[in-house]
Amino acid sequence: MEYLIGIQGPDFVLVAADNVAASSIIQMKHDYDKMFKLSEKILLLCVGEAGDTVQFAEYIQKNVQLYKMRNGYELSPAAAANFTRKNLADYLRSRTPYHVNLLLAGYDDTDGPGLYYMDYLSSLAKAPFAAHGYGAYLTLSILDRYYRPDLSRDEAVDLLKKCAEELNKRFILNLPSFTVRLIDKEGIHDLEKLTLGAK
Amino acid sequence: MWTPPPQLQNCSAVSSEDPFLTSSSLPTCLPFASSQSVPLPFPMAHGTTTLAFMFQGGVMAAADTRSSCSGLVACPASQKILPIHSHLVGLTSGTSADCALWKRILARELRLYQLRHGRRLSTSGAAKLLSHMLHPFKGTELCVAATLCGKKMNLSGPRLFYVCSDGTRLRGMLFSVGSGSPYAYSILDQGVHWGLSVDEAKSIAREAVYRATYRDAYSGNCVDMYHITSKGWTRRNREDLKEEYYREKERACTHAHTHPQTDRQRRERAMLESKENWQEYHED
Repeated sequence: MEYLIGIQGPDFVLVAADNVAASSIIQMKHDYDKMFKLSEKILLLCVGEAGDTVQFAEYIQKNVQLYKMRNGYELSPAAAANFTRKNLADYLRSRTPYHVNLLLAGYDDTDGPGLYYMDYLSSLAKAPFAAHGYGAYLTLSILDRYYRPDLSRDEAVDLLKKCAEELNKRFILNLPSFTVRLIDKEGIHDLEKLTLGAK
Repeated sequence: MWTPPPQLQNCSAVSSEDPFLTSSSLPTCLPFASSQSVPLPFPMAHGTTTLAFMFQGGVMAAADTRSSCSGLVACPASQKILPIHSHLVGLTSGTSADCALWKRILARELRLYQLRHGRRLSTSGAAKLLSHMLHPFKGTELCVAATLCGKKMNLSGPRLFYVCSDGTRLRGMLFSVGSGSPYAYSILDQGVHWGLSVDEAKSIAREAVYRATYRDAYSGNCVDMYHITSKGWTRRNREDLKEEYYREKERACTHAHTHPQTDRQRRERAMLESKENWQEYHED
């Protein structure tokens, strides 16, 4: 029901998430932000079970900030992703596992842009593009077909629009708008919200 | 609200992997019902209707007063809107006992915070506090879905938060919780906007609860209404909706002549406006 997508370019990462906060069959909020800012150049996109998402994401967010305070420099996206995965794995076989699916997107000054796919079984994969949710079944093949490693920013946004249009056309649930953000060496930029009219 | 009979499972929120059509989180058979041949369309949660919305005149909160226990009305006059302090009101749905307890725990913690730090905790902070206090009980039978409505005495605007024992914490302009909430949402979505006058807000809140109690079996009896402004909350006297059903029925039978719409509106407005129906907050 929730949808996350990330596309990595040569010097940026584009991420988008839907804006619906639902409870059973009711949309409780139409403008809910599912992205958590871990640091100046890292975003964590988090979907999954109701309370677990916010609790887990805020836990990771505060710990990344704490690392910065203690050591004077920020965690790299790769390190943050592995830290997140380790936490998920530790809780997985405890009495309180976190049922969350994540995308971590960041820009490292030495390694460049990175997109990390994590799921609730604490698997971790660095990928050029990724998606979570039922919408992923509909949009991964579009990404497979049109993705190139040297996409420009506008081309990446167009690719994102193609995915959103496909969801609007074929996905049974209504996802009217998406928050879109872009991370590059300058930091995190808010792009225009992607809204689609009813078909 | 809803006291769970022994074999009823906890109707927790569905995870993102399960489509809402799955039956794994549905309640098991009611005590005296025959075998369940028709599955429920979605998990029925919290037998109640509570609603709250923000508008230019503050926050309007309304709720029904029926406590049900799987088909039996355990209490027709329960209180679902619980004031926490002079500027914060909580609407509760879920298990009655849990809600009463957690409201008291929250009130205690907020008072302690006020004494320790010399200032009141914001509505956002109160919602976060409640959410963190409920988190350790996730996965247990605890069932609390609270909507916190507050307006601080200083400049900041009114705030409305929805906190659920499954961990959800949402800030918004309009929330309705409970089994009657879909019915209430449809009435509220038609008429609620920021520029409502206080009387219009009272009218639409009452109408939404009335329509929800009409259709939903687990909501009913009376309607409670609270209006929260920067001066504090004011409470309207409990109104028995039974009278309204009969008035509506009568109107439907004799709607041939004069405009029933304006008659009703005039009557409603008179009833809602009369000052003796509204009480102010008193420090107990």
